[in-house]
Formats: sequence, structure tokens, C-alpha cells
Amino acid sequence: MLGIIRQKVGAGCSSAMLQRIRPVASVCRSYSSSAKEMTVRDALNSALDEEMSADPKVFLMGEEVGEYQGAYKISKGLLDKYGPDRVLDTPITEAGFTGIGVGAAYYGLKPVVEFMTFNFSMQAIDHIINSAAKSNYMSASQINVPIVFRGPNGAAAGVGAQHSQCYAAWFAAIPGLKVLTPYSSEDARGLLKAAIRDPDPVVFLENELLYGESFPVSAEVLDSSFCLPIGKAKIEREGKDITITAFSKMVGYALQAAEILAKEGISAEVINLRSIRPLDRATINTSVRKTNRLVTVEEGFPQHGVGAEICTSVVEESFGYLDAPVERIAGADVPMPYAANLERLALPQVEDIVRAAKRACYRSVPLAASA
Amino acid sequence: MSLSATHPLQLNNTAIAARSNDKLPSSLLLTKTPSFLGSTRKLRPASLSAKPNHPNAHRRSAVVSVSEAVKEKKASASTNLLITREEGLELYEDMVLGRSFEDMCAQMYYRGKMFGFVHLYNGQEAVSTGFIKLTKQEDTVVSTYRDHVHSLSKGVPAREVMSELFGKATGCCRGQGGSMHMFSRDHNVLGGFAFIGEGIPVATGAAFSSRYRREVLKQADCDHVTLAFFGDGTANNGQFFECLNMAALWKLPIVFVVENNLWAIGMSHLRATSDPEIWKKGPAFGMPGVHVDGRMDVLKVREVAKEAIGRARRGEGPTLVECETYRFRGHSLADPDELRDPAEKAHYAARDPITALKKYIFEHNLASEQELKTIDKKIDELLEDAVEFADESPLPPRSQLLENVFADPKGFGIGPDGRYRCEDPKFTQGTAKV
Repeated sequence: MLGIIRQKVGAGCSSAMLQRIRPVASVCRSYSSSAKEMTVRDALNSALDEEMSADPKVFLMGEEVGEYQGAYKISKGLLDKYGPDRVLDTPITEAGFTGIGVGAAYYGLKPVVEFMTFNFSMQAIDHIINSAAKSNYMSASQINVPIVFRGPNGAAAGVGAQHSQCYAAWFAAIPGLKVLTPYSSEDARGLLKAAIRDPDPVVFLENELLYGESFPVSAEVLDSSFCLPIGKAKIEREGKDITITAFSKMVGYALQAAEILAKEGISAEVINLRSIRPLDRATINTSVRKTNRLVTVEEGFPQHGVGAEICTSVVEESFGYLDAPVERIAGADVPMPYAANLERLALPQVEDIVRAAKRACYRSVPLAASA
Repeated sequence: MSLSATHPLQLNNTAIAARSNDKLPSSLLLTKTPSFLGSTRKLRPASLSAKPNHPNAHRRSAVVSVSEAVKEKKASASTNLLITREEGLELYEDMVLGRSFEDMCAQMYYRGKMFGFVHLYNGQEAVSTGFIKLTKQEDTVVSTYRDHVHSLSKGVPAREVMSELFGKATGCCRGQGGSMHMFSRDHNVLGGFAFIGEGIPVATGAAFSSRYRREVLKQADCDHVTLAFFGDGTANNGQFFECLNMAALWKLPIVFVVENNLWAIGMSHLRATSDPEIWKKGPAFGMPGVHVDGRMDVLKVREVAKEAIGRARRGEGPTLVECETYRFRGHSLADPDELRDPAEKAHYAARDPITALKKYIFEHNLASEQELKTIDKKIDELLEDAVEFADESPLPPRSQLLENVFADPKGFGIGPDGRYRCEDPKFTQGTAKV
């Protein structure tokens, strides 16, 4: 069954749900002051800083990236350091400035276009898909487009239907685009640097609710030469009984679920996809051939989603290895409701992953009573 | 609309200001615009506010002046009051409602009763009240993410708006829309659009439907007007220009109301716009462009609104109105608001539109202080009731999650047995009770 697992008991909302969004009020901590931990925000900021410093062709444009220091403070300090010619505050005209970025990239500049949130990229979708993604092919490789589109993607908290959705599957459907979804600070640094250095258009999907989270980082990650390969997933936790794939914020949920499952004797392998396109089919299939079971997790809508693509890949390449139907966990098939209790019901929760994993492992769980 | 051939050396806005000022008490007269127009800390281009040696002087020949009707009104108004006592009290009540409602929202947000982004309207009340109080129930209002007060002015009960903000089932959208997405079919509030420029084509479409109903479907009484509200930041967006063109081309009954509060979050209007006089874009598309240089004066807004809505209702086409205003709070309650100059804030705070109206009312003996205090008290009670109502209202039931959307079969909801209807084995055979 590829059903969406959505059994929630009660309508109580955790304190996390009531967490206020005050992106602009948060304080940016310099990574140099803490050698072992770094927030995703600092990771992105330092990656941008280092790439701008290394290559004068790299510039940043978008709404409020300059004087305001970024709506979510990702570009903090960059205006002071690189000046208004390389950190450009644009009017609220996504179609225009995205197209301008693409045109500049045709001539070899390396624009980083920030969308205040990826919801606003909808106003510029023509340039991302038609002007950026297709040019290398249409021009028979005479023109490549080294541009990065980045910004927060996915569900935020309490901001309603137009500001809360995941675009990973949308952009991943387009040949010519690369789509990256960092989870940790290591991902954020390594993948953003890779995206900026990459000769092709990259859609870089961050998550607002992860910006303030700290992750341990090694000295290697902090090195300015650090870079991660595009198209390679990371096994965040090894296991032998079941594979859980996830990306962005859901990696954290999958890891929490794996922790709970471990206590119940189920060893889960958690794959952080990192790259949605190209998709690391090899890593996923290798894992599934080992564990023989799969749960996919994403925040986006279920139909034609990332989980659907992963499921197809496993059915095509590893069908004979499966000991249980693939379980797909996705956001509910509705626009995001505003009411906090409904919002929680509309998004995958850790318990959903645990329940699906147990089901896949034939540990029967009674269907939760419907409220 | 006539071309301002008679004022070849005068910018239109100053001409209007002069005309409307001479019938107002001297206390409301405003001197020359100070250069507070969206000042910034740094990277600031030379001030572009209107000045005698305007670099764009050659454009003046194309400038459309305020319409004949306003001129006539002005002529007759020199002996009359701008508003009746009843109108004055209505405007006052609506503005106080808007202001107090937003103050209450801030309180409730900090108490954790509402969540996400909450954009407050404080300071801009003259625009919402000045325009919307002239509309009929059938007229349409299309708003932005700063939409609470537009909804209230249009008649959506405070209880329903507050309850929506609390995410409760009794909200005007049952908790599904939230702060940025207020809708009310009954009051013809078509949202609540969270993206810049998004509401303008929808509003233009609403205006298109009025004209279509009248002229194609022969509903002769359909003279409904649409008001599209948006900010200065939006006036740089392509959808704005596309719709100015089509609205003028098809003579649609719409008023484009720019609430120019000088700032798009932390982006000064002057840093974002090559020619900051937005009203000038009207004539470029063949429609009148009017700047209400009213310093947040509801009476001046109302005067221009009356003319523009009248034009639309008579089938004479669209109007672009730029209202200079100011928001007293940050962009949203999450905005630290660090870029606006405190002197600029103080400058506009001193021109509080509610204080100005109060003053006008007193100076013309339209009502006593006691009467206004009674209104204040009434609004306080109304809002306390709204909060109590919202607080006590039930959360949306779980079943509501999958309603109102064509989607997954789970959209068929939950049956009386408490299970999803689609889980009924008969569902796939088409025999389930749905």
C-alpha cells in the first residue's frame, strides 16, 4: 500500500508548533567562535562569503539581501564586505530579477538569486524552467547557465497555504535543473559551495525552521575548500532492518524515528538524500537490497512526489529484494491549513515514521482511532 | 479627465493638494513635503521628492490632473462641510475599530494566541476607511497579506476575523486561511493574497466579471466596482503593469489603490523605484492617476475615492490612486524595523489620521468629545467580545483537514463510524455511503 500515513491522536499541539517565527530577530553567531558546532544559518553565510571572496564573478541578488541583511539573515554582513555592486537589493519583482540573473549567467557571471521564500519563486518560474534549465540543451551546449536559486522551502509554522509548501518534487521534475536539499550545517556548506561552483542551474532548497539549528562540524567541513558532490546521498545512520529516505528537515525526524525504533529492536538505516535531482538511486537501492524494506519521507504533497520517484526506482531495480510494500509518508493532500492543530495533522510527524516502519517490519500496530 | 495644460509648470499632486487644502482648517494644511520619503541609512540616492527643478520636468505635459468632478466638488465645498455628522461618526468608528483591532492582534500574538506572520495596518486606516466605507455590499475588495482592516471596513464581523486569527472553526475561513488569507463571500472580500502583485490580476478579473455580467449577460443593474489594494513595493511588479493595461483597454470598473507607506519591509521606496511617483503610471496606460497628498487624511482620501469609484460605477473605466501613508509598526510583528529613521517615524506619528479626523470633527462641531468616547468604549467592548468569542470557540475538527479540496479520496472525510470513508471496502466498489 502506498497510502499516506496520517493517523494522529488528539489535537494537542506541541510547544514546537507554537514556536513563533521571528527569523529576522535571531542573532547570527560567528562560526569561528565555536569550533565544533555551527548553525545552518552560519554555514550558509560562510559558504556564500567564501565563494564570493574566491570568485569575483559570484554575486548575490534578491529582496532584502543587503541593507536588511537578509530576511532570514543568511546574507548578514555581506553588503558591508562586498558592497552594493555584488550584494544587490532588488525591488519585489521576481520575474524581472530572476531573468536578469539568468541573462547575466549566460555571459559567465555566477549569480546567486535569493528568493525570500521559494513560494515566491512561482512568480519567476518561467525563467527558472524555460530560461535557465533548458538553455544548455537548446543551444547545444553553447550557453550554460551557472546560476543558483536559493531560499527557504517547505513548511514554515502558522503562515498558511501560500507560504508553506515544498517545491522539491516540482523542480526535480525538470531536466536541466539540479535540485539540492541540505539538512545539516555540513550539507549547507558543502552543497552551497558545490552549487555555486557548478556550471549548471541549481535550485537550492533550504528550510527556514532549520536555520537556527546547530550541528557538529569537523575541521574538514570548516575548510574553505570543502565541497560536497552533487548527486550523492549520505547515509546518516546505518541499519539493517529497514531503510528510511528523507531530505531537509525530515532527515531529523527520520533520525528521531530511528532512535525510537532502535529501542524496540528495529535497526533503521537513514538516508539523507541531499540531492533530489540527480537522485542517488544507487545508494537507495544498495540500502534497500540490504534491509529489504523502505519508508520514504517528505513534507511535500504525495502525488508525483519524491517518494513516488524513489518507489519507482526501487520497484524497477530491486523489486525482488523487497520483503514488504514500500511505505510513503508525505504531507496531506491539501493546501496547508492555518489552524495549528490542522497544520500539525497536515505534516509528517516522527510517530508517523515509526508507525510506518513498524508496519513494514510486520510489527502490527492497531490503526489509531480516528478523532 | 483633462490634461493639466493649465498647470504646465506644476506637478499634479501639488495642484491637488492645493485645491483640497484650501477648504480645510489651517491646522490640517500641510507645508511642503519634507524629504522623509523612505530615507535610508546609506546607499541613498539623491532625494527624488518633488522639487521645482524636477529632472523629469519634460514629463509634465502628460500628467493628468484631478478630475473635473473633484474641481466642481471643491467649488461647491467651499461653503459646505466635507462630511455630515453621521458620516464623520461612521468614519471615526471604522478607523478606531481598525486601529484597536490591530493593537489587540499584537497583544494576542505575543500571548501566543495567533501564529505565523501577522502584518498590522496601524497608521494606514485613512485609506481603508476612506475607500471601503464608500462601497456597497456587492462591491469587491481584494487585499494583500495586510488584510485584517480591509475586511473589517468591508463589514466582516470582528468576531470572525479574530477567530480566524486564533485558528478557530468559527473564523471567517474556519481557521484554514489565517492572517494573510481573509475571505468573505458574503462581504465580497476576495482575499487575502500573500504574494506581491498576486491580488491585482484577481481584482481585475473581478472587475471583468462585473462588466461581463452587465454587457454580455445583460444584467443591467450590475454596476459593481472592485477595489484593489496593494503597496508601493507592488507597483514595481509586472502584474501591476499588465493589469493597468488590460483594465484601461477594456474599461474595467476597478480602482487600483496604492497604499504607499514608503517601505517594502526594509526596502525604501526610493531605493526600489526609478520614478517614485506611482500615480504617474496611470496616464501612461490611459487612465487617470491621482496622488492623494493628504498626509494620511481620511477626508481627502474619501474625496478622491468618491470620484474614482463613481467613474468606475458609471462605466468610465479604471483609476489609479496613490495614497501617501505610513505604517506605524514594522512590516510584520517579526520585523525588528531597524532601517526606518526614527525621525521619519515621528514625523508620520504626528500625523495620525485618527487624531486628524477627531480634530476636524471638533472644529466643525460635528460631535462632542463625549460622543467619540462613547464610540471608543463601544469598540473596546466589541473587541473584548471578539477575543472572548475567539478564545472560547472550538478548534477545527480533525475531519476538516481534508475538506474543501479536490484531492485524495480521503477528501471524502470521516464517516459516522469515525473511520475515513475511503477505508470502507465498499468505497472502491462505488457503493460506500459518501
